Amino acid sequence: LVACFVGEGARGVPLSGHVGFDSMPDQLVNKSVNHGFCFNILCVGETGLGKSTLMDTLFNTKFEGEPTQHNQPGVQLKSNTYELQESNVRLKLTVVNTVGFGDQINKEDSYKSIVEFIDTQFEAYLQEELKIKRTLHSYHDTRIHACLYFIAPTGHSLKSLDLVTMKKLDSKVNIIPIIAKSDAISKSELTKFKIKITSELVSNGVQIYQFPTDDETVAEINSTMNGHLPFAVVGSTEEVKIGNKMVRARQYPWGTVQVENENHCDFVKLREMLIRVNMEDLREQTHTRHYELYRRCKLEEMGFKDTDPDSKPFSLQETYEAKRNEFMGELQKKEEEMRQMFVQRVKEKEAELKEAEKELHEKFDRLKKLHQDEKKKLEDKKKSLDDELNGFKQKKTAAELLQAQTQQAGSSATLKKDKERKK
Amino acid sequence: MHEKLSGAKAERSIVFALPSVCVLFQQRNLEGYVGFANLPNQVYRKSVKRGFEFTLMVVGESGLGKSTLINSLFLTDLYSKDYPGPSQRIKKTVQVEQSKVLIKEGGVQLTLTIVDTPGFGDAVDNSNCWQPVINYIDSKFEDFLNAESRVNRRQMPDNRVHCCLYFIAPSGHGLKPLDIEFMKRLHDKVNVIPLIAKADTLTPEECQLFKKQIMKEIQEHKIKIYEFPDTEDDEDSKLIRKIKEKMPLAVVGSNVVIEVNGRKVRGRQYPWGVAEVENGEHCDFTVLRNMLIRTHMQDLKDVTNNVHYENYRSKKLAAVTCNGVDATKNKGQLTKSPLAQMEEERREHVMKMKKMETEMEQVFEMKVKEKKQKLKDSEAELERRHEQMKKNLEAQYKELEEKRHQFEEEKANWETQQRILEQQKLDASKTMEKNKKKGKIF
Repeated sequence: LVACFVGEGARGVPLSGHVGFDSMPDQLVNKSVNHGFCFNILCVGETGLGKSTLMDTLFNTKFEGEPTQHNQPGVQLKSNTYELQESNVRLKLTVVNTVGFGDQINKEDSYKSIVEFIDTQFEAYLQEELKIKRTLHSYHDTRIHACLYFIAPTGHSLKSLDLVTMKKLDSKVNIIPIIAKSDAISKSELTKFKIKITSELVSNGVQIYQFPTDDETVAEINSTMNGHLPFAVVGSTEEVKIGNKMVRARQYPWGTVQVENENHCDFVKLREMLIRVNMEDLREQTHTRHYELYRRCKLEEMGFKDTDPDSKPFSLQETYEAKRNEFMGELQKKEEEMRQMFVQRVKEKEAELKEAEKELHEKFDRLKKLHQDEKKKLEDKKKSLDDELNGFKQKKTAAELLQAQTQQAGSSATLKKDKERKK
Repeated sequence: MHEKLSGAKAERSIVFALPSVCVLFQQRNLEGYVGFANLPNQVYRKSVKRGFEFTLMVVGESGLGKSTLINSLFLTDLYSKDYPGPSQRIKKTVQVEQSKVLIKEGGVQLTLTIVDTPGFGDAVDNSNCWQPVINYIDSKFEDFLNAESRVNRRQMPDNRVHCCLYFIAPSGHGLKPLDIEFMKRLHDKVNVIPLIAKADTLTPEECQLFKKQIMKEIQEHKIKIYEFPDTEDDEDSKLIRKIKEKMPLAVVGSNVVIEVNGRKVRGRQYPWGVAEVENGEHCDFTVLRNMLIRTHMQDLKDVTNNVHYENYRSKKLAAVTCNGVDATKNKGQLTKSPLAQMEEERREHVMKMKKMETEMEQVFEMKVKEKKQKLKDSEAELERRHEQMKKNLEAQYKELEEKRHQFEEEKANWETQQRILEQQKLDASKTMEKNKKKGKIF
């Protein structure tokens, strides 16, 4: 972490001789040279805009890769790391290319894999930084320090894919927009093109990287160069003889475009700004701005926050403990919730079953009642039959009795008559 | 961890996988000047703009010339009439005091903090007189750790103690128990550089012996004093070896300028001569100054940051996050960040919950099945009973029907009979009537 800074609460005292601490910058520089530097560039742009060629041209070497086809199903990021050395300076350069960018019919998700890649590098660094036993000093930093955004040389304006993508990237990485294959545009068209692009970026709120103007040593050149953005570049690894020198150029029937001729294109400006003047600033901005933003968002997402800085001093231990307690509490709460949910379900189900049971009993009670009714009816019928039977019996008996009486009476009457006659 | 490949064309090798794994990267030769050789200049420029900080702690009994040495080292009146040095003040207990000054030289700004420990070793009972010193160093580490761990981080000043000059009294014999105790307790927290103070009271031979004795004792007690880093440069290595042979450095301090043989030098005037501060044959002051300020100041800061601070931090965080958990279980967890650990715990918990959920679900289903089965059985039973009752009733109905049928039949028969009888009777009475009419019969 870049700890700073000068003289808060310190009183100035004069020195009566040469102490020697003016060697501090040299001491620092020596250490960093011994340690080696690392720089990571991300090239975003449609297939065929000359990204690989430009990298080769910038670094005067041949990097990895064959040209890609246009039939990629999605946007992939391919990363290659190289060890370069120039005088005593060792540079670990990582070049990341977006393969298949802009080739799909539906480009809505094109930016996603790029954002994911950038975030992954931030995440790796964050994880390392948060480890208990960490080795930040020897950590190979893979965070993207500069994003070269390749704009197609249409001469008109930015494509909506460009605007969408740059808008998504501008808070995550230093964007340096460049007009690729700019030898396809005439000088007058180029001026108009640059103005159009710049105004579109401004009106869409896209924050591109500004070369820093706070250091007097480089303020002027940086400020001038800011006005030349986006850089119109041409890349070439082929050499053509101009005069008595071999220069990198592209040869056309109508003339030769010299890569390093500032009248022909802004290649030299790009190299100057990107590598020779502001490489360290790009690294610094990535670390102190883009990474810090990512870190802050990530920590806030996980629920960390700073205790009020005005009331009591921030204590890491307390925060971790609080966070841990909160976390444990949360877990317990979840467990409890699940249990409760089950208790609830059980209750509900029990009620349901009880209801069903009740219905069943009711049903059978009804049936029983029906049965009782039927039985009663039957009993009634039986009774009435019995009554009828009894009635009939009585009638029969009465009738028989009557008959017997009548017969007897008849016979006795006859007898009487007989008796009378006889008299 | 970074391997430097030889200049020849490198073989195709494995492309880099993980940051923490040392892998050979592909090397490329450059066919022309690119310009990143200018990076060091960019770093230089930015560092000058930022300015530098350094915190130096001086520890030793009073009267050993600490303040004078500081003033000599930095060629300034850090301690003057307005800001008197600690020895001017009488302390009953060990204090830790800091003075901050801003000094500029050659366009470079340095914020220098001098930390003093007045009262150290001056009491009769000096047990634990190192504790305030340890507390101070730890508190600076803690401040840095807290600042580093904030969610919203601002540029943090580095107030950690980068170097501790420990003043040994020039007894000529060896280290005192207090010296040993102090250095043992502090060597893990700060870069300790032991110095023989007021070296102008020792002859060169006495000094040599004294130094040897001290180094022997330091080794015996396994005290880790600040070590110079190895360099690849042969010349530097030679210099470093020379310095190492002179350890501990014997110093003399003075801000009084005296004229010696036409030269103006800083020194201490005695009746028998002048002990020159910057004369290498008189004392090791120059060695100290060069090493401390001109060549190794940055390294002292780096060692403080990469070694001492990291030690403090990992101990502190391990204590916090592995609170209450068995220490032996946590060996593997030190390589994880506390956040990652919590993430893992969270994941474990999610799995546990899932398992719990499926278990509960199973039990639930089983119970429901049981209950449903019971209900079904009970329903079947009731159905059966109902059927039976129905059948019973039906049988009775049938019986009744039969009875009725029988009865109806009987009744019908009897009625028919009765009618016949009635008819007969009627016929008979009719005939009688007829006969009666016909004549009186009998």
